[in-house]
Amino acid sequence: MILSREWLGEFTDVGHITDKEFAEAMTLSGSKVETFSSMRDEIKNVVVGKVEAIERHPDSDHLWVCQVNVGDETVQIVTGAQNVHAGDLVPVAKHKSLLPGGKKIEKGKLRGVESLGMLCSLGELGLDTHDFPDAIENGIWIITEEDAKVGMDIRELIGAFDTQVEFEITPNRPDCLSVIGLAREAAATFGSELKLHTPVVKGSGGNAADFVSVTIENPELCPRYTARVVKNVKIGPSPRWMRRRLRASGVRPISNIVDITNYVMLEYGQPMHAFDFSCVEGGKIVVRTAREGESITTLDDKPHALTTSMLCICDENKPVCVAGVMGGANSEIIGDTGVVLFEAANFSGPSVRRTSNALGTRTDSSGRFEKGLDVMNTMAAVNRACELVELLGCGEVVDGVVDVFPAPPAQTVVKLEPEKINGLLGTEVSESEMRRILEKLDFELHGDDILVPSFRGDVEHYSDIAEEVARFYGYNNIPITLQGGAASVGGYSPAQLSERALGAVCRANGYSEIITYSFVSPSSLDKICVPAESPLRDFYRILNPLGEDTSVMRTSALPSMLDILSRNRANRNDVVRLYEIAKIYLKPVDDSNGRYAREPKILSLGAYGGGMDFYKLKGAVESILEAMRIEGAEYAAVRDNPSYHPGRCASVSVSGKTLGVFGQVHPTVQKNYGSDLELYAAELSLDALIENQGAEPTYKALPRFPAVTRDIAVVADRDITVGEIEKTIRVSGGELLRDVRLFDVYEGPGILPGKRSTAYSMTLRSDEGTLTDDHADEVMTNVLTALREKLGAERR
Amino acid sequence: MREKLQKIREEALLALTGAKGAEELEELRVKYLGKKGELTAILKQMGGLSAEERPKMGALANEVRSAIENSLAEAKEAAQRLALEAKLEAEALDVTIPGEKPELGHKHPMYIALDEMKDIFIGMGFEVLEGPEIEESVYNFDRLNTDEGHPARDWGDTFYFTEDSTLLLRTQTSGMQVHAMETHELPIRIVAPGRVFRKDEVDATHSPMFHQIEGLVIDKGVTMADLKGTLNTVIEGLYGKGTKTRFRPHHFPFTEPSCEVDVQCHECGGVGCRVCKGEGWIELLGAGMVHPKVLKMSGIDPEVYSGWAFGFGLERLAMRRFNISDMRLIFENDVRFLKQF
Repeated sequence: MILSREWLGEFTDVGHITDKEFAEAMTLSGSKVETFSSMRDEIKNVVVGKVEAIERHPDSDHLWVCQVNVGDETVQIVTGAQNVHAGDLVPVAKHKSLLPGGKKIEKGKLRGVESLGMLCSLGELGLDTHDFPDAIENGIWIITEEDAKVGMDIRELIGAFDTQVEFEITPNRPDCLSVIGLAREAAATFGSELKLHTPVVKGSGGNAADFVSVTIENPELCPRYTARVVKNVKIGPSPRWMRRRLRASGVRPISNIVDITNYVMLEYGQPMHAFDFSCVEGGKIVVRTAREGESITTLDDKPHALTTSMLCICDENKPVCVAGVMGGANSEIIGDTGVVLFEAANFSGPSVRRTSNALGTRTDSSGRFEKGLDVMNTMAAVNRACELVELLGCGEVVDGVVDVFPAPPAQTVVKLEPEKINGLLGTEVSESEMRRILEKLDFELHGDDILVPSFRGDVEHYSDIAEEVARFYGYNNIPITLQGGAASVGGYSPAQLSERALGAVCRANGYSEIITYSFVSPSSLDKICVPAESPLRDFYRILNPLGEDTSVMRTSALPSMLDILSRNRANRNDVVRLYEIAKIYLKPVDDSNGRYAREPKILSLGAYGGGMDFYKLKGAVESILEAMRIEGAEYAAVRDNPSYHPGRCASVSVSGKTLGVFGQVHPTVQKNYGSDLELYAAELSLDALIENQGAEPTYKALPRFPAVTRDIAVVADRDITVGEIEKTIRVSGGELLRDVRLFDVYEGPGILPGKRSTAYSMTLRSDEGTLTDDHADEVMTNVLTALREKLGAERR
Repeated sequence: MREKLQKIREEALLALTGAKGAEELEELRVKYLGKKGELTAILKQMGGLSAEERPKMGALANEVRSAIENSLAEAKEAAQRLALEAKLEAEALDVTIPGEKPELGHKHPMYIALDEMKDIFIGMGFEVLEGPEIEESVYNFDRLNTDEGHPARDWGDTFYFTEDSTLLLRTQTSGMQVHAMETHELPIRIVAPGRVFRKDEVDATHSPMFHQIEGLVIDKGVTMADLKGTLNTVIEGLYGKGTKTRFRPHHFPFTEPSCEVDVQCHECGGVGCRVCKGEGWIELLGAGMVHPKVLKMSGIDPEVYSGWAFGFGLERLAMRRFNISDMRLIFENDVRFLKQF
């Protein structure tokens, strides 16, 4: 809502308040000012001048030399315009003047002839022909305004002393989308008097009901329809003051009748419509939803097919207006309109919103109606329009108002409960102060009963009254206290602490955190080669997505990670290590939690470049497990995960429970993501990591006796894994074997084809005493025997 | 003999003073104290002395020996010190050559802002809740006093999974207020951060997915003054002690009275600049007293209990804090961006 302060001044006198103070105070009382601006400082030293004489420039065939009376003197000005004549009033930018856009005018010589300024066009003053319809577009503005006087500051003539204030009005306050509504707020904010005016229509006899009948077929969508008729209409431009106020409010002046409807909308907050009554067939207005197959071309020349949920204003046969949204071209006010029907109606907000959304047509009118308007406002608005018709002398208002209002609403009454209000606010505002504030806002107080004015549909409860009190007592005057009552101990849950610890260990491993969208393209699963019948394709599907790319909730974290890796690669980043802890979204397994999705969190790692390989990734996974104190994890080759390299992918599990999968991304998938480098990824279940988290450690005494180290190398078939050998060593080594560490893997000369040598360093220690060689030898014998018997591995 | 001994002492001490290095010292030790050394040679002549002279000369000889030994020890120590110094000098490094740094990962700036916020609230006795992102419209809207027909429920603003608009992607963390009221004993003191989704096209200040943190306090006698006190403390935690705030009336369907909270512009100190768009203040969050209807719908008697709630947008908070100009950077996750934090 853009407010002209000049217009506001008609309803309450706050002219002495500076723009900045006005903006701040209004903001703090709840009408947030976005910006304010004025032409006041953009134009300087420009006056109305009278061309006394004009003659051709001696050295030019298109320049003219004018003698212009600017009030206190007559100056010589050279102009190139061809529409200036002796006797014309023109805007004169004098020597050292300023025009909008920061343009400075100084005296100078044009082909040898001195010129002490410039004659201006409308455009040079930041105006156009909507402001002054008599002027021509290209050429000097020849001023025809009756009140223009020689020497007058042009800013006065064009209203540049006004300030336009742009408000952000919250949707609960459609009453403030009007000059009167904001005047009421301003009066309460600054303690000034609110001067409201009841429209007076003289009338010219006759009876509107003889012209038109109004029927509302859908009173739930149109609680009230108020209409008046104006005959002998003379269409023409509206007066300057009206055009100027409309312009200052961001509305383009068109012609008197249309301007009046916009003027009333801005002043009262009640959208209006004017019909060319000769186009309303049968003299009937029927408010009804559109019938199957009906259509309308709106004032903006756009054809619309109407659906049966759209409310329309119709004549006997056809829609002539989409209710609350836009009028039809078929009943538009044109130059020869003779009889006008003014409509001020009340329409259901959601209905107008749905229709305007469906038609893709948002207007000042629909924007107001959607918020739910005051049903009591239509009468004053339609009368104000007719009053303006008489003021402008652009028609004769027929007596009588056709007002269809089947069910006037009951008066809302709220009890004034000062203690509860103070209890909620933490203040000690006196009851008399509360009454003063409420009365200033046009609430009526009958004893303890607060009668809520009809334009305040947002007020229905004591907490709403508390807000009114707080707004004008001042939010910033409410004291600052800290909660009393029982102290509580806050904190993270164990799972939240684990999640934090996991993030930290990822970062310690060099992986940086990312945030990816929860929704992906369904084809993202094709990119990671997930088969067509996979349960991963059972997505939560968004019915109204922004686009296909963000249309389903991800069931795998892998595509998101690979997307980011590929984008980094495209940005020529050579070494990348990333992690994310975020949800995937899976259909519920049973109905115990209603329709809610399972939303498990996945810890995903992604990496490429910098010598990245499978074992580096595995190392990161291992350190994650170590941070979670998970012991005894088992790693198994996964050959059938289509997203990963069949020979370089592993699952990690503990006590038979899978924690996740990791490995080199399948070269096909890597290609799908356009990467020239090998990609690596891990997907670990956060829940499984947390469930299998090791208990809090208890201290174990440090070893008192020295350890013995023994190295062995064994040769076994190549397909016997290191994991199997190590497990066999651990089991057969018994409790004296404290640690096993692989230090060499060898194939080649000296080893038979199909065989492989692996070498381990083993640490043996007893808690009872220093281990003897005999004891150590015994353990080694057991180990070697087990390796031979279980795996066919021989000592090298 | 006495003269000989004195002479040996003088010579030896002089030689030791001038000696350089361990080898030379060893030579001198052998020369004077060795089995075939000069002192030993003299002592061998002791037998030729009178019984009277012998102990005197013996004492003198011992004195000379220990003087030489002491001096030898000192000289050795000095030689070792010098040798060490020389070694250290030889080992000197160019300390300006870069270190071998393990590559550290970086926390995402949004999470830096969020974690800091969570820590502040935990310090004030709050608990951190998480909840579903695929949400029933009852929790996201109805029980937050946002009825059917409210613009926020439009298909143009909210992502839906069902034709009847009852299952959706939450548009705000405020639904966690309702979940908390349903599952928690009174009094309640929670914050709930998380992802939220709105049908906004991606641009420099919008993203269809972003993060909020919701807060809710419900207890007997909770007032708007408490809301101000708590939020001021939080804002001081975020922006430093003495940060000026301003509370402005606003509107949210689920709070009444409602407010928006601004902080004084850090860039210009409130005078007005490009950062605050000339206002001198920067909008930070929305808050308010929990609407009595909302309490009632969750079975809490508004005549007995009152509460307050707030919501922050975290991306904007992080963007302001780290001077990030474009929200798209947050979700692009370019490592050159991530490594800055």
